Amino acid sequence: MPLALLKYGFRRKYKGDKYFPAARPLKDTYDVVIIGGGGHGLACAYYLASDWGIADVAVLEKGWLASGNTARNTAIIRANYLTPAGALFYEESMRLWRSLAGELGINLMYSERGHLTLAHSDAALRTSRWRAEVNQHLGIDSELVGRDEIAKLCPEINLSEEVRYPVLGALYHPPGAIARHDAVAWGYARGAMHSGIEIHQQTEVTGIKKHVGGSIELETNRGSITAGTVVQAVAGMSSEVARMAGFKLPIRSIPLQACVSEPLKPFLDPIVVSGSLHVYVSQSARGELVMGGATDPYPLYSTRSTLDFTERLMASMLELFPFLENAKVLRQWAGIADMTPDFSPVMGLTPISKYYIDAGWGTWGFKATPVCGKCMAELTATGKVPDLIRSFELERFGRMEQVGERGAAAVGH
Amino acid sequence: MKIIDCPLNGPRNAQEFVCGGEVRQEPSQDAAIDKWADFVFLENNLQGVVHEWWCHVPTSYWFIVTRNTATEEIIATRRPDEFFAGLKQTDGAGSE
Repeated sequence: MPLALLKYGFRRKYKGDKYFPAARPLKDTYDVVIIGGGGHGLACAYYLASDWGIADVAVLEKGWLASGNTARNTAIIRANYLTPAGALFYEESMRLWRSLAGELGINLMYSERGHLTLAHSDAALRTSRWRAEVNQHLGIDSELVGRDEIAKLCPEINLSEEVRYPVLGALYHPPGAIARHDAVAWGYARGAMHSGIEIHQQTEVTGIKKHVGGSIELETNRGSITAGTVVQAVAGMSSEVARMAGFKLPIRSIPLQACVSEPLKPFLDPIVVSGSLHVYVSQSARGELVMGGATDPYPLYSTRSTLDFTERLMASMLELFPFLENAKVLRQWAGIADMTPDFSPVMGLTPISKYYIDAGWGTWGFKATPVCGKCMAELTATGKVPDLIRSFELERFGRMEQVGERGAAAVGH
Repeated sequence: MKIIDCPLNGPRNAQEFVCGGEVRQEPSQDAAIDKWADFVFLENNLQGVVHEWWCHVPTSYWFIVTRNTATEEIIATRRPDEFFAGLKQTDGAGSE
């Protein structure tokens, strides 16, 4: 890099590469249209080109690139889930994450920190042990640790017994990581665009019609588009877009809030989660504590911030890290989470042929971005549901076959 | 939305309430399984004005809230008998 700087830095003629190729005009027809330009939609576009050679693809985004939940999550990546279907799916995602920065040619700041899920009750310890056993059986690095080991892994945690919910133990998941979420979207978008895929921002789908011939017509604020296949990846607005297509989803839209502190000296190495205290926290590379808690108590489509949330979250934070009493919250925001009854996503076929869905990502979608993109691309290219996502199909609710991940996917219960 | 006007207890802090979900028509006991799966799992999840069951937890009192899920505005709170009497007059609007 320093040599390249010397070589090009002082040249007047050197223009450098534009990060994204110039946008192209919107066409009337595409083989594949992906509704939603967030991480999942962009990953699907990228893998359609790279794995299957399909490049006549448009990604439609009503706002700007990755302006929804891709930019609002707390960027935690882990695979210590409770069901075999869930754990295997997320483990495959972890495998893809490790080589993703090199593949996309962008610094994702992927950082394996270790992930501690604290248990403050016998019930939470039991769930932790259950998760550790399921994980170990599937070859996922995950174990139950006691107070002594917690003190070694994260000496900053308040292990005093003079608190309302003393820490009894924890589920420790060494590969747990964080990554820079915006860069994930940018990397996938650039990769897709260099393969010839078009990304159209400020393009909102306002109506969906199924033609007799099999193609699907999408009305947008920029005219109508005909698509051979449609992939819907619009976390937060899944029910409203599915309503346009003519089917219902097992989803309630509930805001999930998060916030960051002012930058502090690096002190927190692992990602720390507490289900009983409704808090999860990690320290970013620039020193901010990235904090989140439980979802809001009722469905809503508004991304407002509330004082109730901050008050409750800070009370929990101070129980775990009392020395932060003078630290300040810098920013607070919300994303609209697609909450499903079993805390697992909805991926795959819908009642409409050639209309595939990627929804129900609740509070657990970011970590699945690579594997979900890969699987949705395979489904779009072949029309066959990949084994890895078969358990998550929409039809499972009709058969009462839920994939119960509540014990591993949520805090605040 | 900080205060909810409970028909039984008057205006109370929103933290005293839980949302019980949309007002819907329960299928008959002998309805097909897909009707029941729809009722149990699928949601309208409308962005806009909805009628929902809410409960004032300290008094276990269930009532109907009409609110806008896009703007977080509460439009009306009604006793269930009052709400369903109103529904009969408008020929079932609001139920599903």
